[in-house]
Amino acid sequence: MSKLITISLSPHLHSQDSTKKLMRGVIIALLPAFAISVWMFGWRTLIVTAVAILSSLLFEFLIQKYLLKKKLSINDHSAILTGMLLAFCLPVNIPLGLVVLGSLVAIGVGKMTFGGIGNNPFNPALIGRVFLFVSFPVKMTSWPIPMGFKTALTDASTGATPLGIITEGLRNEETIDSIMKNIPSSMDMFYGKMGGSLGEVAAIALILGFLYLLIKKIISWHIPVSIIGTVALFTGILWLVNPEQNADPVFHILTGGLLLGAIFMATDYVTSPMTPKGMIIFGIGIGLLTVIIRRYGAYPEGVQFAILIMNAFVPLINSYAKPKRFGEEVKNG
Amino acid sequence: MDSILLYTIISLSTLGLVAAIILYFVAQKFKVFEDPKIDLVEESLPGANCGGCGFPGCRNFAEACVKADNLENLNCPVGGNETMANVAKILGLEAVEAEPQVAVIRCSGSFENRPRTNSYEGAQNCTIVHNLYTGDTDCPYGCLGLGECVDACNFDAMYMDEKTGLPVIIDDNCVACGACVEACPRDIIELRKRNKKDRKIFVSCVNEDKGGIAKKYCSVTCTGCTKCFKVCPFDAITMNNNLAFIDSEKCKLCRKCVVECPTEAIHEINFPPRRVKEEAKAEPKAGLTEQISTKNSDN
Amino acid sequence: MLRSFPKGGVHPPENKLSAGSKITVLDLPKTVNIPLSQHLGVPAVAIVKRGDLVKTGQLIAEHKGFVSCNIHSPVTGKVLKLDKSLDSSGYKRNAIIIEAEADSWMDGIDTDSSLVKDFSHSSEEIVKKTLEAGIVGMGGATFPTHVKMSVPRGKKADVVILNGVECEPYLTSDHRLMLEKGEEILVGLRLFMKALNVNKGLIGIENNKLDAIRNLTQIASQYPEISVVPLKIKYPQGGEKQLIKALTGREVPSGGLPLDVGAVVQNVGTAFAVYEAIQKNKPLIERVVTVTGKGVKHASNFLVRTGTPVSQLIEAAGGIPENTGKIINGGPMMGKALNSVDVPVVKGTSGILLIPADESHREAVNPCIRCARCISVCPMGLEPYLLMTLAEKAIFDRAENERTMDCIECGSCSYVCPANRPLLDYIRLGKFRVGQIIRSRK
Repeated sequence: MSKLITISLSPHLHSQDSTKKLMRGVIIALLPAFAISVWMFGWRTLIVTAVAILSSLLFEFLIQKYLLKKKLSINDHSAILTGMLLAFCLPVNIPLGLVVLGSLVAIGVGKMTFGGIGNNPFNPALIGRVFLFVSFPVKMTSWPIPMGFKTALTDASTGATPLGIITEGLRNEETIDSIMKNIPSSMDMFYGKMGGSLGEVAAIALILGFLYLLIKKIISWHIPVSIIGTVALFTGILWLVNPEQNADPVFHILTGGLLLGAIFMATDYVTSPMTPKGMIIFGIGIGLLTVIIRRYGAYPEGVQFAILIMNAFVPLINSYAKPKRFGEEVKNG
Repeated sequence: MDSILLYTIISLSTLGLVAAIILYFVAQKFKVFEDPKIDLVEESLPGANCGGCGFPGCRNFAEACVKADNLENLNCPVGGNETMANVAKILGLEAVEAEPQVAVIRCSGSFENRPRTNSYEGAQNCTIVHNLYTGDTDCPYGCLGLGECVDACNFDAMYMDEKTGLPVIIDDNCVACGACVEACPRDIIELRKRNKKDRKIFVSCVNEDKGGIAKKYCSVTCTGCTKCFKVCPFDAITMNNNLAFIDSEKCKLCRKCVVECPTEAIHEINFPPRRVKEEAKAEPKAGLTEQISTKNSDN
Repeated sequence: MLRSFPKGGVHPPENKLSAGSKITVLDLPKTVNIPLSQHLGVPAVAIVKRGDLVKTGQLIAEHKGFVSCNIHSPVTGKVLKLDKSLDSSGYKRNAIIIEAEADSWMDGIDTDSSLVKDFSHSSEEIVKKTLEAGIVGMGGATFPTHVKMSVPRGKKADVVILNGVECEPYLTSDHRLMLEKGEEILVGLRLFMKALNVNKGLIGIENNKLDAIRNLTQIASQYPEISVVPLKIKYPQGGEKQLIKALTGREVPSGGLPLDVGAVVQNVGTAFAVYEAIQKNKPLIERVVTVTGKGVKHASNFLVRTGTPVSQLIEAAGGIPENTGKIINGGPMMGKALNSVDVPVVKGTSGILLIPADESHREAVNPCIRCARCISVCPMGLEPYLLMTLAEKAIFDRAENERTMDCIECGSCSYVCPANRPLLDYIRLGKFRVGQIIRSRK
């Protein structure tokens, strides 16, 4: 039987790309940021990430095998990616139980309830992260100061993120100039020497990952560039209008989860629009919402919420932002 | 506090009142008159919206019934005569009795009877394969086995038999809506008269190739040998393009043709066993195959 | 910066294994099987009967109506039968089967290979002779050429484009023809331009055929109105609409024809056939066919009479390799998988490709992850993932609004899909159903 000739419709060639390869590509792109965070936050980074990845895989396996009784898709590496992204937006001293809980919510609620990969409207890792953030705000916002392997995981050495410092300071009616003295320099932030989640601190590593993704053509530039551009523009205007109350654009881009969100979270295939036009609309939306939440909201950081909110608009964007059809505009010349 | 409560109640009530008034006038303005009989008829229908009557849904059928002068050509195959009698009663018309029908699959090209000559890869959809080529056997007429008919069935009356690769109809569930007939790109499924005790005799083949060619790729093809045609005492069998067809209206279920068929292409179903054994049709007929040469009209 | 079409496209590995092998004439087949429908349009009507003796080049089936095509006998011999015979899809179609005895040509056909350049024919004469010679588009679409040569009233062509792109991987028949029959092809192009009353000719060739570009550019220097344009390598540049866009910047409107933007596109093989028909009085009974594949011993380009069984071609190229898993009539991107090698070469057969078993299977289908690669590679600016879903769910009215009929079936979407989804399979289903709906509306 195996010697029978195969018949199928054209094309008879395939690019040999696979979901697995794409997911692996994103994971590779995350590695520089991972390396820096190990260097900054110490061994616990490894433990948190490993727990997140393993528990994501486990929950995906258990749910598919026993709850949904579907074909297993554990091999496509998407659960590894989800776990990794989840770990990247957690503080390093988080209790491991919460990491497992976050994975359960990310995979169980964020992904499997909608039918598994390809069908989830919201980014699963962000669902997990926001769930933890809203349920355990104290545990989720005690950021250790990065000191490399010497990082002591006691409460005494925790501080706030730069964004937290600014929000807190503004609430206490200080001016930006006086607050700025308390936060790291732009250069330090660029290398990741600031308080924050595992993977979001090192701008340089994230940008390196972005370049890798672009070269490998795993993502296009549209979403990250439009998000960062919008944030820069919007905060720039605010800063020019009132430098007393607003931080400068460079600060906004380098702090918080903006780069991680823009490069790795917002570009998640399943939950982002499919045409370049749609991607830019999506990116601008995220950029605007992020700045609004950061500046006027109660939370110091707004990227995660902004992405989740815009995720909800993706089907709408997809049905309006159509690619330019060939032969749509008739030009004779 | 009291005043807030009061204001709330007053403002919400006013809002509700205004909305109600607007709704009332809008409803008046856009009111469409509909014959109340349509609703009555629709209620008496099964509500499956299967399209078996030839209308897109039950309501469209109900509208057609109400508009019609008589109920000829209007039949709900799902509800059957009982439903149509109810409809007739509502409308004060005379019910037209329709023969209950059942779908049959006119192909027996199982893996065993019809060897696979190539392997198809790609979208599992009969129409796609049919448009591409003859399918994974050499028979250009037979079942492709990808189950588009099963997907089309709304009544759980079909399933794919894993062993044979052919769809099977569950007579008890089949309402003869015709969805599978429509779905099959090769016109293999036919709606036939439902006889007593679901007895059926039919030619389980739609192959129009000449006998010699067809036998090469399928052992249970109709070769067009005309034996059944000759033996039928009721003129129920017609020969066309090397293919026998039994008219279910004329067939009296005498089973004479079944024995004659050299390739077992004629099936008898739900009959009591013959004297020999249940599978009477399987009685050996060694000398018969040489008779395949066709005396019939060759078109 | 070389020219190309702007949107979409893919870069499958080229694998032009037979590019270096010269066109060789294949032996006459013993019997030829000539389907009556080798072209798009109404099948031809046989005018010979069983037992008739026919000569090479004799008309054996006549065109029926305008969009139809004459068919000539490729051999000298006796008509064995008029019967149904397997076509490349395995269905039976009407065909004439002739037993070859010799190869004596009809009177008036010039079989000499010397170059003739006679441009004295009138436009009508050229169209009439093309119709008589039974020429079809040789790129694979097999649209009758005389129809493309006749401009309907109210339309005006101003450029004739010769398609020497051959963007399909593996195939080299056009490439070899451009190298070996360059002069003839250019005469053919001149004849096209005369028939259509056009004084601009363009030849588009992809940049992977530098020798062909050099050859044709040099020959074209004697005709100032003809220019050869090298193009960036990108599939599906050989698509009519893509080629017009790449060469002239004009976009054929949705549902329109190239003539709507004043262009007529012809394959280089067709130009050669027209040259032979007009200058040599020779009907279309032979063509160049590439036989290739990774396991094939001698990947070759054969000059083959139509009606020759594919098995004879494969035999001449060294036989079917042990581990062959798929036999394709045409190129790997748009060709048709064959069920049997007994089918004949027809006017539109550009190549026979043998694919090893380990490359001939499709991977398991996974859920769509909406990576949007299909959208970014679609040269027609469609959304293949959406068209597939709509066809799968039988929402054909929306599929029509999403312009499923614009799809040129190039297969780029299925080629890139990381989830191995059968995008084009279902889009074809959608096109088929939408086509039915459109026809029933009329």
